[in-house]
Amino acid sequence: MSTFAFPPSIKSRPVWGSFEPQSGSAYLFVADAEGAEAILDLAKVAPALMASAHIIYIPKGTDFETALRALNPAQLYVGPSYAASLPRLRKTLEDAKMGLQVYLSGSEGLMGQAMREAAEAGIPHAAIQTEHRGSVARRMQCVHCKGITEDVAVDPFVCSHCGLNLFVRDHYSRRLAAYQGVCIDAEAPGCVPEPKGIYE
Amino acid sequence: MTIQFNDETFRDDYTFRNSDWALKRFPFPFHEDSYMYSVNMEQHRGGPEGSVYEKRFDVDEHYVSEMRDRAQVLSEDPLRCQSLPHMTLAGWDVLELIMVSKSEDYPDLFELHRDGNRWRWINKPLGIDDTFTFLDEATLPYGPLEYITRQTQGDFAVLDQRDDNLWMDAGMVTTQADWSLDFDIGMNFFEWHAPVPMAHEKGIFVRALKFLMNIQQGAPARRLNWTMTVNPLLDTSPENYHKWGIQKTTLTPENIGAKQHLRVELQTFFRLPRSNALVFPIRCYLCSFQDLMTVPKWGRRLHRVVRDLPAELATYKGFIDNRPLMLDYLSGFDDGLPTSPGIWPDLETEPPLAK
Repeated sequence: MSTFAFPPSIKSRPVWGSFEPQSGSAYLFVADAEGAEAILDLAKVAPALMASAHIIYIPKGTDFETALRALNPAQLYVGPSYAASLPRLRKTLEDAKMGLQVYLSGSEGLMGQAMREAAEAGIPHAAIQTEHRGSVARRMQCVHCKGITEDVAVDPFVCSHCGLNLFVRDHYSRRLAAYQGVCIDAEAPGCVPEPKGIYE
Repeated sequence: MTIQFNDETFRDDYTFRNSDWALKRFPFPFHEDSYMYSVNMEQHRGGPEGSVYEKRFDVDEHYVSEMRDRAQVLSEDPLRCQSLPHMTLAGWDVLELIMVSKSEDYPDLFELHRDGNRWRWINKPLGIDDTFTFLDEATLPYGPLEYITRQTQGDFAVLDQRDDNLWMDAGMVTTQADWSLDFDIGMNFFEWHAPVPMAHEKGIFVRALKFLMNIQQGAPARRLNWTMTVNPLLDTSPENYHKWGIQKTTLTPENIGAKQHLRVELQTFFRLPRSNALVFPIRCYLCSFQDLMTVPKWGRRLHRVVRDLPAELATYKGFIDNRPLMLDYLSGFDDGLPTSPGIWPDLETEPPLAK
C-alpha cells in the first residue's frame, strides 16, 4: 500500500482522511498517481457508486488506467497534468448539482489544488473526502518571491523561481494550496545544510 | 499637547529616535520579573493621561514617518494589503471607526464632517482633505481599508466571524513581527497561530478565541505582546527576511545598546457594527535597550525576563543566538533589588541603579 503515516504537526497542516462511501447524487473523483488505489479500494466496498462517477485522473507515470477503466465509471478522463485537467474540473464543478460528493486522492499538491477549486465552487472543504497516497512531496510557495515550486521532496530546496535556498515549513495555506518556504541562510549566507527527504 | 512629528527613517540609515516623552510613555510589556504566555486581555477604555492607552488609536511623534514607510512598503509589495471579496463592508466599518475616533480624540489633527453619506475627511499631519461618499468605493483612491490604514499607525487584521471561529480575511500588514498576510489570509484563528510554540498546549488560543468572539460593540479590548528587533526596522516581514535577517548578526557589545530594540505590540480588538467582523489593530512601538535602561525598574526587569525566558520562546521570537550578548549588556543594569508590580516606570518611587 502506498500510504504514509504523517507525524503529528501544527494546526495549519492539513489532515488527510480515508475514503468512505457516502450517498450522493453524483461522484467526482480527482486523483493523481497512486491516488488511483484509493478509488479502487473504495470501489471494492461500494461498487454501485461507479455508475454515477466522474473520474479525473493524472497518472504521473503510473499505470492504473486499465484498472480504473474496469470500474466502468460514468466518465473517465486521463490527463497529462493537473493544469491540463483544470478547465474540465472547473466545468464539472460549475455544472454540479446538489448532492455531488467530491473525493480527492493522491499527492498533497493535487488534493490541495482540487480542494481549492471545489471550495471556490461553494463546497465546504470539510465536506470533501480526501485520502493521501503515494508521494509525500509538497507544493511550496516561496514567501519571498511568491513563486510556487511543485513536488518538492527535499528540505532545504532551491526556489525554482528566485533561486533562494528555502527550508520547508509545515505552515500551510488552503487558499494557496501550498506550504511555506523560507530562506534558510539569511543569517549565514551560503551556509546551507545537505538536503534530506522531508520526513527523514 | 501638540505633537511634534519626527522626520525619521525605519530602514537604511535608521534615524528613528524616541524623544523623552515617547520613552516615558513606552508600553513596557512586563508587569512582573518573568514572562509566560497568557491571554492577558483587559478592556480598552482609555488609560492614564498621556499613555498609549488613553486614545482609541494612539497617534505619536512617529506618525508621519511611519506612514511614509508604509507607503514605501506598499509600493514595493502591494500584497501587504489585501481584502477578500466579502470583506469590503468590514473595510467601511474600519474606516468609520478610525475617522470617528481620531476626529473626536484629536480634534486639532483630524476632522470628519458628515452630511448623510457625503463625508469630508481632513488629516492635517498628512495634508489630506478628501470628500467622498460613504459605502461607495469609486469615490476613494483605494479600497476603504487601505485608504484609512495608509493613514493610521499599526498593522490591521480584519477578522470575519463565522462557524464558531475567526477568519483573517482582510488586512494591512507592513510592520509585522515576521508573519505574512499574503500567506495567512483566509486562515482561521488556530491556523494562523499554528506556528506559535507552547501556547496551543496551554489552551491559550481556545480561551482567547472564546473571549474575542464575545467582544461587543463599544466594548473594545486590548493586550500587549512583544519581541526583539535589531535596528528600528518596522518591516520585519518574512517576505523581506532574506534581506534583513543578516542584520541580526551585526550586534556587538559596543553597539547593542543602540541597535537592539524591544518591539512591543499594543493589540486592540473592536467589534464592527455592520459586518459583525472584528478589527484587530496591532500597533508596533520600538525602544532601544539604551533608552530603556534609563528607567531603573525596566533595566532590572528586562534582564530577569530575558534571562529566564524558556529557550523555545527565545527561539520563536528570533533572539536565541543573541541572548548571551543581551544578557552581558542587561546584567549591568540589574542590581538585584526588587521591582514594583505593574508596567509603569515608577521613576519617582523606584530606587536608582545601585551598582
